[in-house]
Amino acid sequence: MGNFVMPSLGADMEVGTLASWLVKVGDEVKRGAVIAEVETAKGLIEIEVFEDGVITDILVETDVEVPVGTVLAEIRPIGEPVAVEEVKPVPVSAEEAHPMDHRPLIKRTNGTAAVKRTNGRKSRKRIKASPVAQRLARELGIDLANVVGTGPNGVINKEDVEQAAQVKQPPVIEAPPPPQKPAVEKREFLVQKTDKADKVAVKAAEKAKAEKAALSMRQAIAAAMARSNRDIPHYYLETDIDMSAIQAWLAAENLKRSLRERLLPVVPLIKATALALAKVPVLNGFWLEDELQAQEAINIGFAIALRTGGLVTPALFNVDCKSVDEIMADLSDLIRRTRAGRLRSSELTDATVTLTSLGDMGVRKVYGVIYPPQVALVGFGKVMDRPWAVNGLLGVRPIMTATIAGDHRATDGRVGAQFLDELDKLLQAPEAL
Amino acid sequence: MKIATISRDELTLKIFDLLAMIAPEADFDDLDPNVDMRDELDIDSFDFLNFLIDLNDEVGVEIPEADYGKLVSLNDLLDYLLARM
Repeated sequence: MGNFVMPSLGADMEVGTLASWLVKVGDEVKRGAVIAEVETAKGLIEIEVFEDGVITDILVETDVEVPVGTVLAEIRPIGEPVAVEEVKPVPVSAEEAHPMDHRPLIKRTNGTAAVKRTNGRKSRKRIKASPVAQRLARELGIDLANVVGTGPNGVINKEDVEQAAQVKQPPVIEAPPPPQKPAVEKREFLVQKTDKADKVAVKAAEKAKAEKAALSMRQAIAAAMARSNRDIPHYYLETDIDMSAIQAWLAAENLKRSLRERLLPVVPLIKATALALAKVPVLNGFWLEDELQAQEAINIGFAIALRTGGLVTPALFNVDCKSVDEIMADLSDLIRRTRAGRLRSSELTDATVTLTSLGDMGVRKVYGVIYPPQVALVGFGKVMDRPWAVNGLLGVRPIMTATIAGDHRATDGRVGAQFLDELDKLLQAPEAL
Repeated sequence: MKIATISRDELTLKIFDLLAMIAPEADFDDLDPNVDMRDELDIDSFDFLNFLIDLNDEVGVEIPEADYGKLVSLNDLLDYLLARM
């Protein structure tokens, strides 16, 4: 019997509100299918299931806010016999949204780091953890024996439990997005039912909702970035890259294309980043349980700013294996859905590195703050005409400063330097992209 | 689709309609037609590309990438389009 739990969709998500179920009891689900939607600070997120099976029970009703890790539904894997007299957890109703006591079954998704179980590194008898951490661990079904404490004297704190919980994510899938129902609250004092008054009320409700969402996103960013700055010893490296070759290549490519097929300048940069990471794989992964867990899949979290303020870094998957056209298509789709607040759970959890491009804004250099548990952030500034010496002669070339912020626990400056060197080489030979 | 006769004012309104989809919070009445439009309305390269795609659908002018640099202000864009429609 598998449990479908409220996933943690980022370093700091603690609770989520189940917005809608897309399945009912008895439905057969395929690994990767979107079966529920959860309202979060990052919009309405489509939650994917991580195993094939049949929904045997739905435990949390819609519009109920529950902690991360709460069992939302039970799934019987295909082939497993129907259990007779199975003891079921008590369903959570809207009135009592309590964390469940029983421990959610944690499954790993493809391409996500497996949490390494520590054997005997910590004594089971004496686990030091703060009361908050103990409560949270109970709620999330985390065994404290497997959590590394980073507090004074190795005491396990709340952040440690969150980090441990974060790697235990349900996997992901793709399915057509279900229609979104506009949630509009009508105000009671609205006696006059004129169209205009209705519209005003609707606008006010939408505005209040947007403000609330913006605030919670700000708070989520605040928590993640504070944790990054507190826990991650960053090192920063930068290099100037001559963009003549890549610009000429892009101009020639786009000349061949219709308006709809044109590539944005950031697309070859995304591809080059992925290929450079493939050569320096230790920058692509997570710092978990006191060790680097490099990832095979190169999923680039691309920083996308929202007009309402705030920022989301959803993942472009397996970028190293994709053509520039596929990357452009993925990027367009991702930007549109990010701004519409329609992302999938995997896109928020499976990024293995982050890329920030602030070139549009005229910024020269980006000094990144790493998104934990990732270990690197790549930054691109604006391409600017600058004096540049080639073969002993001074000329003017389009130059871009590329930076990397690395987690010094995971890698050293030499590794970051290798990455920037590979990146530069790739951008000098754009045909290979 | 080519629109044979369109006034500068009509074209301006069409452009504002398209820009409003990208920057719904913008107040176009206050937009100075001679300032950097992308800067003023906070339009990034992705938004700009989509704007050009929509504009092409509306007025039938496909702007080559090499000409992006000529389209800084609203007046630049109007001049450019009116000369080609």
